[in-house]
Amino acid sequence: MSPRLAKALINGFLIGGAVIALFPLLWMVSASFMQPGEASALPPPLWSAHATMRNYQELFLRAGMGRYLLNSLLVSTAITVLSLVFNLMAGYAFAKLRFAGRDRLFKVLLGMLIIPAQVAMLPLFLMLKYMGLVNSYGGVIVPAMATAFGTFLVRQYARGIPDELMEAARIDGASELRIFVRIVMPLLKPIMVTLAIFTFLTAWNDFMWPLIVLTGQEHYTLPLGLASLSREHAQDSELMMAGSVITVLPVLVLFLALQRYYLEGLLLGSVKG
Amino acid sequence: MNRTRAAWLFLAPALLILGVFFLLPVLAAFGLSLTDYDLYALADIHNLRFIALQNYWTLLQRREFWSALGHTLYFVIVGVPLSMAASLGAALLLNSPLARCKAFFRTALFAPVVTTVVAVAVVWRYLFNTKYGLVNDTLGLMGIHPVDWLGNPHWAMPAIILFAVWKNFGYNMIIFLAGLQAVPGDLYEAARIDGASAWQQFRHITLPMLGPTLWMVAIITVSGYFQLFAEPYVMTEGGPLQSTTSVLYLMYNEGFKWWNIGSASAIAFLLFAILFAVTMLMLRMGRRGGSV
Amino acid sequence: MHATRGRTGSATALFRRLASCVALAGLLAGCAQRADDAHTLTFWTIGREGEAVTQLLPEFQRENPDIHIDLQQMPLGAAHQKLLTAFAGDSLPDMTQLGNTWIPEFVALHALEPLQSRVAHSTVVNPDDYFPSIWATNVYDGALYGVPWYVDTRLLFYRSDLLKAAGFDAPPRDWSQWRHMLAVLSHPQQGIYGILLPTNEYEQLMSLALQQPDPLLRDGGRYGNFESAGFKRALAFYVDTFKLREAPAITNVEAGNPWSEFGRGVYDFYFSGPWNIGEFRKRLPADEQGNWDTAPLPGPDGPGASVAGGSSLVIFRGSNHKQAAWKLIEYLSRPDVQQRFYELLGDMPPRRSSWDGGHLHDDPKAVAFREQLERVKPTPPVPEWEQIANEMQLVAAQAVAGDLTIDQAAAEINRRADRILEKRRWVLAHGPTLPGAQR
Repeated sequence: MSPRLAKALINGFLIGGAVIALFPLLWMVSASFMQPGEASALPPPLWSAHATMRNYQELFLRAGMGRYLLNSLLVSTAITVLSLVFNLMAGYAFAKLRFAGRDRLFKVLLGMLIIPAQVAMLPLFLMLKYMGLVNSYGGVIVPAMATAFGTFLVRQYARGIPDELMEAARIDGASELRIFVRIVMPLLKPIMVTLAIFTFLTAWNDFMWPLIVLTGQEHYTLPLGLASLSREHAQDSELMMAGSVITVLPVLVLFLALQRYYLEGLLLGSVKG
Repeated sequence: MNRTRAAWLFLAPALLILGVFFLLPVLAAFGLSLTDYDLYALADIHNLRFIALQNYWTLLQRREFWSALGHTLYFVIVGVPLSMAASLGAALLLNSPLARCKAFFRTALFAPVVTTVVAVAVVWRYLFNTKYGLVNDTLGLMGIHPVDWLGNPHWAMPAIILFAVWKNFGYNMIIFLAGLQAVPGDLYEAARIDGASAWQQFRHITLPMLGPTLWMVAIITVSGYFQLFAEPYVMTEGGPLQSTTSVLYLMYNEGFKWWNIGSASAIAFLLFAILFAVTMLMLRMGRRGGSV
Repeated sequence: MHATRGRTGSATALFRRLASCVALAGLLAGCAQRADDAHTLTFWTIGREGEAVTQLLPEFQRENPDIHIDLQQMPLGAAHQKLLTAFAGDSLPDMTQLGNTWIPEFVALHALEPLQSRVAHSTVVNPDDYFPSIWATNVYDGALYGVPWYVDTRLLFYRSDLLKAAGFDAPPRDWSQWRHMLAVLSHPQQGIYGILLPTNEYEQLMSLALQQPDPLLRDGGRYGNFESAGFKRALAFYVDTFKLREAPAITNVEAGNPWSEFGRGVYDFYFSGPWNIGEFRKRLPADEQGNWDTAPLPGPDGPGASVAGGSSLVIFRGSNHKQAAWKLIEYLSRPDVQQRFYELLGDMPPRRSSWDGGHLHDDPKAVAFREQLERVKPTPPVPEWEQIANEMQLVAAQAVAGDLTIDQAAAEINRRADRILEKRRWVLAHGPTLPGAQR
């Protein structure tokens, strides 16, 4: 095969792949600006002849999408901030502080990684019911405030910090907290960014648990609002596309802005400890 | 030891949360699966019975459970290899020295991964529409008759698999890409000098060097695909004729629709047991192959 | 020594700060519940009723300025699950619209407030004015748990012009006439079918099954009775309609917009409930309004029974606003309000005095419903009924697809019903009384 043909083939396949990957997303954006019923014409149009903002207006004014957006932001931000703090602390302790039973505890943590979260859901619901957290933001936030995966990720990264740095600080009489805040945290910054994006995306996209624990519309996150709209308004494809855009756009923008950290974290998380 | 105390204080919040909101519920789930906790028991705890393994026994006799397990296995057995092949193919293309605009293509191919399942499932539901969907439209250009993707029990699962592959392949692509970049370039150099074809290089250098990564990715992907739920929930509601009802969907219905918490816990635990067995089996196979 | 105390001390301080973060999250959760303040009455409705109610509420608010109403709409398909989840999670509203087939379930859960003393003192709600068979679906073991809001029964909408063109001057009275008409009117190769029976809705098969002399459950609701000759006859009639290609084997999702398809003559019969009078009036053009009519449901041998459905208004036991909730129930039960409700939606009032005035009195399309209401049968009053009906339909859909024979399907439904009822049998043998046990 001549190098020129090979080059054409390879780049051709890449373009084809990119089209398949991006087309549904682009069509979603395009259809979201169509007039009601326009997307169900034959043959289906690729873009609107009379673009309109009306679907977005409808979603925010009548379908309560603004509320869902705020809920999603609130829940995802709270989970990200809180779980970041707790995972960092625990991951650092596993990596750099010595205590009896550390290895055994870490094995338990690793074991938790293979248990599907759904096993815990039924009893968790009952527990939260008795704590009064069903149908509240807390019902989604509190169980997600620490994750075995996040702790594991931080631990992997923090192991690379040289012990000498901390020993030197200890000799100078710095407290453990000071060491953590002043010396360790700055060194963990890359993994903090990575973990923050990861957590935010996971929380934003999460569906099953919020579906179970948030029973009232006033607490719905975007995916829940969208799923319930799509059962009632299945015929209104343009409206549903606009809802999908609102749901996907924030995370897509976040990813594009910070993709370097995200992809690095993805690789770090998949390296077996 | 003060440092020990500091360590425990650092650990305390995370351990507390993981213990109370994850480990404890997992243990409780096993306990619940040995009872017939249901709506009657929710109303009055005196209606709760300890029934040992009867939930498991009943489940094994229910057609719905076996068919849900069958659908899940179908999704895993067809979906995982397809998804991994797509990931590997994309990674090979991106790793080729001949490829242009790599950063753009990498981002484009990865974009579906970060999207929200529910939102893009809604989009794909329209793309799969028999009459107005662009999938059938495209197939029509190739002279293929329209397929009733989501309405026909034989086609609904393939449609969901296609969707899942589209949504997920970018993730493993990145991992494979890193694996490929770690393969020393002089290996290929030497092979080329020996006159090895592109396929031979792939077969005898790339695959063996990628072996451990392949196994690890396979194990993680299999366990993720076993947890099929949101896709059928949004696209088909488990239908038509329950052909897309997965084990997890069954658990959701049993537990959170009909509130048979005891038997739903048993379903969750059976899924866990199956997943555990499959993971162990794959680890073993990988080890025997010398990969992991 | 001093330094070390400082070290752990500040670690403790850090932990304290974190603990307050956790508390903050808890607080966040708390806010949610505090939002329902003392004067807010939460009222859940199902589907389109919620939209119509918003137009009835302003007058109520004028009469009761101190009551603020928080109205929430549940999608029809998700309502049952949402209510159960709210019960399980202790987040029920003050009052709700409740399908009367679901009342036994919530009575068994001790979730509903008994209402007979309020009714006894009420000048608005007069039991004698209500259709007795509908009122009876709200009474268990002598206690009243709901006030009927509207009645719902299933019957036939039909294209009178198409029937006439095919030589049929009147709608069918029994199954054999019906089958004959379906055969004549269906042209499956042109995509024209006699009737639409969405394979994921259980109401149609259930209505046919209720026409049979055999009850659907036996021994006081302890076991399924789906292998009875009567149920098999109903199931066979239902499945044959698909086998003979007189109905397409599709779900209501694929059916898309059934109203316009009915208008285009894709279906000649449409097996549904009273709210569709309103839908057809709204959705079909004026010149097609004379082409359709309603007819009572044909039975196996002459005019048959149908389901005694509908929704009631109930107050939950845990509510803190029972007086306000009762005021709203009384308001919604007033004949003049019910007549407006009918005009808005087509939902039929459960009390005779509401039928005596307004548009309802001389609405020709409502006559068939009035007739059908004389022949309605309730579903088995067991808490598990909703789940059994769902399983029945899942299995029936497999029979429609040809995966199961009638006998196999009937046996499978029975097996599932018996499994679902296992707990009920135990509770009846050991526990306190349950609704429906005596029947």
